[in-house]
Amino acid sequence: MTSPTVADDGTADHRAWVEQIMGMPMSIHVRGPGARSTGTDAVVAQVFDELRAADAMFSRWKPSSQLSRLQRGELTPAEADPLVREVLRLCGAARIRTDGWFDAWNAVPGRPGVFDPTGLVKTWAVARAARPLRELAARAGIGYAVGAGGDVLTRPGADGAPWMVGIEDPRERSRVLATLPAGDGGVATSGIAIRGAHILDPRTGEPAVGVLSATVAGPSLMWADVFATAAVAMGSVAVEWVAGLHGTSGLIVLADDTVHRWSNPV
Amino acid sequence: MRRIVIAIGSTLTGLVLLFSWPTSLNRTVASTGTGSTAGTSTGTSSSAGTGTAAPAPTVESVTATYTGAAVSTRYGDVQVQITVTDGVITAADAIAYPNRDHQSQQISSWAVPALNDEVLATQNASIQMVSHATYTSKAYASSLQDALDQASL
Repeated sequence: MTSPTVADDGTADHRAWVEQIMGMPMSIHVRGPGARSTGTDAVVAQVFDELRAADAMFSRWKPSSQLSRLQRGELTPAEADPLVREVLRLCGAARIRTDGWFDAWNAVPGRPGVFDPTGLVKTWAVARAARPLRELAARAGIGYAVGAGGDVLTRPGADGAPWMVGIEDPRERSRVLATLPAGDGGVATSGIAIRGAHILDPRTGEPAVGVLSATVAGPSLMWADVFATAAVAMGSVAVEWVAGLHGTSGLIVLADDTVHRWSNPV
Repeated sequence: MRRIVIAIGSTLTGLVLLFSWPTSLNRTVASTGTGSTAGTSTGTSSSAGTGTAAPAPTVESVTATYTGAAVSTRYGDVQVQITVTDGVITAADAIAYPNRDHQSQQISSWAVPALNDEVLATQNASIQMVSHATYTSKAYASSLQDALDQASL
């Protein structure tokens, strides 16, 4: 557990914790008068524990994970943990809601049919793990934000002030293309820029290349993540597709350097 | 054709009601898109939405696509498109889905934020979190998010 130090520069009501989970740094920021209570420390530790448990269950790299056993055929969905079945169900719903563009059964290069929920399991786990933080926030009036590999879960505190989320330029990491005042929900970005192409076009099985990055902000971090991933998979037609994502806003950077922004009413 | 349009209207009503079935209590479903005034012979001037009819080569076979009016629900708009061939519905698609989530509380308190368009240097102090595509841990070490995390540790 990272032990936070008390800053004495007027930022005393804003704390952050960072831990390496699922192969990436995950940070939890808490704002508000209760941020420094020991109760907050305990709840943050609980959130990190829950994320580690999700990693143990869904890791592609741990041979003993439920996901690995499912992929090897050693485990059937009926025998798996109920949470695995929940993720299976969500992946099915995501495939339908994105017209097949988010396809957890077509996400592993060269291995069509293999189930890999990695595209949504991180943000699903973050939203789920943050539930104790949500309860604490309702009691103590604090606001919190959880950053997980570029996807951000946000909830304002009692003062209602939104979290200002910067959207990084996929072509130039030292630039922010836009800022977004995020309320109770999440902001997710998928892209091909940093790690190279890693989202497949499910119709060809080849890496998608038309969209450099897609950012979606909405009331559910997991669905924002699903829609952002689908937008990258579908390429430039995503610009029209996002018009149907009611209650979301976001930004798409196309490979031809066009930047498309939207804000759709609920 | 009149009968067809009425049939479409009532089917559309069913579909719209189906898709907008409240999963939370104490709310009403908007009544647009129910096709209540459908019954014109063209199907284009009804309140059920717009439709285009494309006559097939034979006189008898007609295929038409009808788009229902969007119905607002707590979870977002629901809109249904149906394709009718010779009075038989051959396809029904929801072309706009509600953004449903079990946490309705979360949705009701979500206001769609507008993006501030200015391009900023990442030193800008007003940013608290950063959204970006997945980094390697090495890339994170030189990222703005890392700097923001460090500032609040």
